[in-house]
Amino acid sequence: MNQEHYARRKRLNAVMFALTAVCAAVASGTLLAVLAYIAWKGASSLSWAFLTNLPKPVGETGGGIANAIVGSAKVVGLAGLLGIPVGVLGGVYLAEYGRGRYAFAVRYAADVMNGVPSIVVGLFAYALIVHPMKKFSALSGSVALAFIMVPIVLRNTEEFLRLVPGTIREAALALGVPRWKVTLFVILPTAGRGILTGALLALARVAGETAPLIFTAFGNRFSDNGWLNPIATLPHTIYTYAISPYEDWHNQAWAAALILMLFVLLVNVTARVWLRPSSGTSH
Amino acid sequence: MTAERTGDRLFRAAIAGFAGIILLAAVALAWQLTRESAGTWKAFGPSFLWTSDWDPVADVFGALPFLYGTAVSSLLALLIAVPLGVGAAVFLTELASSRSATILIFAIELLAAVPSVILGLMGIFILAPFMRWMGSPYGVGMLTAGIILAFMILPYITTITREVLLTVPRPLKEAMYALGATRWEVVRGVSIPFARSGVIGAVFLSLGRALGETMAVTMVIGNSPNISANLLNPGYSMAAVIANELAEAASDAHLSALVAIGLTLMAVTVVVNGAARLMIYRLGKRP
Repeated sequence: MNQEHYARRKRLNAVMFALTAVCAAVASGTLLAVLAYIAWKGASSLSWAFLTNLPKPVGETGGGIANAIVGSAKVVGLAGLLGIPVGVLGGVYLAEYGRGRYAFAVRYAADVMNGVPSIVVGLFAYALIVHPMKKFSALSGSVALAFIMVPIVLRNTEEFLRLVPGTIREAALALGVPRWKVTLFVILPTAGRGILTGALLALARVAGETAPLIFTAFGNRFSDNGWLNPIATLPHTIYTYAISPYEDWHNQAWAAALILMLFVLLVNVTARVWLRPSSGTSH
Repeated sequence: MTAERTGDRLFRAAIAGFAGIILLAAVALAWQLTRESAGTWKAFGPSFLWTSDWDPVADVFGALPFLYGTAVSSLLALLIAVPLGVGAAVFLTELASSRSATILIFAIELLAAVPSVILGLMGIFILAPFMRWMGSPYGVGMLTAGIILAFMILPYITTITREVLLTVPRPLKEAMYALGATRWEVVRGVSIPFARSGVIGAVFLSLGRALGETMAVTMVIGNSPNISANLLNPGYSMAAVIANELAEAASDAHLSALVAIGLTLMAVTVVVNGAARLMIYRLGKRP
């Protein structure tokens, strides 16, 4: 009977670990399934014309998403120009001088902003820019995305700066270099790779954001005309095409999803390969 | 000498200013949302949160269906994702070789990077038809939204739980092995209890994500403001109603009601995220 008890415990062990293996397979297999399905569905509608044409009216075939690609590049690009410098310099402050009550408040605010749902940030940009101007605009979309980027870049920059060994700073200071020069030209470049990858990942993250753009950048069926007008973006186009009743638009949504997914994947994989510890500064 | 000091002082002031932007943004965000939603709070008072009439034409607003939908879809997501995530984390720490664990974790972390609109697309064209095939009357609905959300938070639960499991002291586990325990008994008796507060932290963090998730939910929850105990029926969520109605809100009262929902959503996520941080902070303090 003791033997039997032991056999039962071993069976339970085997069953439970088999279950955990299934869990792990589901968790990691989902990505593969998503990628494979998007590649299969998207590739059939993908063509050069799709990338370079403007959308066509419903019923006409051959419409493309050129405006959405350019629009996404513009909106995300401006968001990066606004958000990355603010995040990096704010992160430098937290890493170099971040001990007092003010720094605590900044860190707390960054954590709060990081947790605020992106749709609420969109609401903020709406109240801040769209409502007073009475107009949807590319600018308001960029501002919303920038607010999402700043806390990510800020905390990431702080983390990587903290990894820079104190000896490097001391060596530079001992040479009589003023502190601001040490910070900007010695410490910042040392942590540069980590900071840059963090900024790239933040860009990839906001490039896929749809919620804050629905009522800021809004979308546009035509090629764009300036920062103060509504503009089409890739994720928003995927959304509107997906919920439309037209078969042709559904196919285009898959193709657009493939483009977006490839971009996000490319940035994420590059960031990871690039960050793999090879030079001695980190870890 | 003095010139250098001035430079340092200027530099410090300048970057302190950049750091202050996020502080300013957080305050401005709360202030703007409060101001723009003031009309709603004045007209309906706190009962806005527990009445369920939503009629933009008559300017009557009650947010209960959306609160209900957000809460139920998020809880469903947790119900599905927590066992899956903890199971996957146990497998990754206990059984997988470090090489295969690295690859699997890479795939799991990349899943978190997939834009939610793409998961919503999968939801509309794969999961919803599948649910219909399984006998759900509409395909879209509360349960469909819960399942999509579960896949979105699964990476967080898995990676955080795994990190906590890695901190379980070896001697504790070895003591139990020495008593003749099986691997599973060690996991149940030592690792999981040790990791409990970390797992709870991960759950709260994921809950914060799930509550505010917009696109994937909007695309599959069905978007109808009903409160139904049947999980197969369509529902609505707080984020989804903002996404759907704000751009077309015709009256100021409608706009104000939507912003009031946004403010409520923000308050809830701030509290949930605060709780998550507290859990993880306490974990760090543990000897």
